[in-house]
Amino acid sequence: MQKNNFTDKTLQTIIGTLLRYGVWLALGTGAAGGVVYLLKHGGEPMHYASFTEADKSIGQLLKEMVTGIKSHSGTSIIFLGIILLFLTPALRLLFSFIAFLVEKDYLYVLITFIVMMIIGISISLGYSH
Amino acid sequence: MTVLTFTLIMLLGAFMAGLIGSLSGLGGGIIIIPLLTIGMGVDIHYAIGAALVSVIATSSGSAAAYVREGITNMRLGIFLEIATTTGAVCGALISTIAPGSLIAVLFGLTLIFSSINSLRKKEEHVLEQSSPLARKLKLDGSYPDRNGRPISYGTKNVLGGFGMMGIAGMMSGLLGIGSGAFKVIAMDNIMRIPFKVSTTTSNFMMGVTAIASTVIYLQKGYVQPGICMPTMIGVLFGSMTGSRILIRSNPAKLRLFFAILILLLAFNMIYNGIAGKI
Repeated sequence: MQKNNFTDKTLQTIIGTLLRYGVWLALGTGAAGGVVYLLKHGGEPMHYASFTEADKSIGQLLKEMVTGIKSHSGTSIIFLGIILLFLTPALRLLFSFIAFLVEKDYLYVLITFIVMMIIGISISLGYSH
Repeated sequence: MTVLTFTLIMLLGAFMAGLIGSLSGLGGGIIIIPLLTIGMGVDIHYAIGAALVSVIATSSGSAAAYVREGITNMRLGIFLEIATTTGAVCGALISTIAPGSLIAVLFGLTLIFSSINSLRKKEEHVLEQSSPLARKLKLDGSYPDRNGRPISYGTKNVLGGFGMMGIAGMMSGLLGIGSGAFKVIAMDNIMRIPFKVSTTTSNFMMGVTAIASTVIYLQKGYVQPGICMPTMIGVLFGSMTGSRILIRSNPAKLRLFFAILILLLAFNMIYNGIAGKI
């Protein structure tokens, strides 16, 4: 029991730290991209009044992001910030998974795994192949 | 309107939204959507994408502190995330085929419900005896009181809470909100979890719930970097400022004021939805 408590406390510290730095890293990246974006496109009119549906897989989006960052595109850097923001809770999930494995709490290893699977399925559902 | 003007207005607007969201206890996303749609003339689909991104930012930002203090019940959160993520995926899929006006009306109704619910008197209760299922799932826990002494609590009605969480997740995926109000009802009213634990655990869950639906929105083109950037920065700083104010002041009067403000916003959303302006 003593050992279990110790692991839970350590997990709390790791996850708390991860969440905090993840958010700041994501926000910093987003803000940097924002500055680049505004310097290049600040004077253009905005175009968000009507929605055009896109259909790109996450792989495609990431590839475009990398090409965009190489050509110093502000929106691509902001996009990287958004992806970093997504990774924060996702990593939190992965850390809990590992921690429950270490604690040998197999019921919660399974429960965490189910949640990760649902997110995985969601990625494939969002893109109509 | 130029991109620069839009960004500056949204930075300020999102800051206010985060501030009001945190002071009223309703979350930042709930005001971002009316601000973007009614205020800035942005399509509601883009607004939902931006609001979800800001929900992830505020959730992770504030959850960090609560998790370290040991108030958040992580097992309970992860278990209920099965329900919220499933609901969120369904909600996001419905949202991609639903017309904007229907989403606007549903959003208005949820706003009304949430703002009235935020005024409800919260009494702290601690359940001593857990139900067998709750014990099997190890959902009971303890949290430190003001002096750092642990208060133990149990829980019951696990399946009822799980079902309500599915609905909370669906509303989150459909409307782009954190749906804290629904989550707290599931944990507070149905599962009898102490209020402090249910609010922080609900916050903890929002990030994972929101990514389940946001990956769908992302691939459908709802997440526009140009809108998300000022929104997530503004909301995060706004809600941080809000939580500082909350520590120093009595929120009862503030809550009433904001509940009325949000009710007006709700009627505006419903009117615009029915009139086909959104």
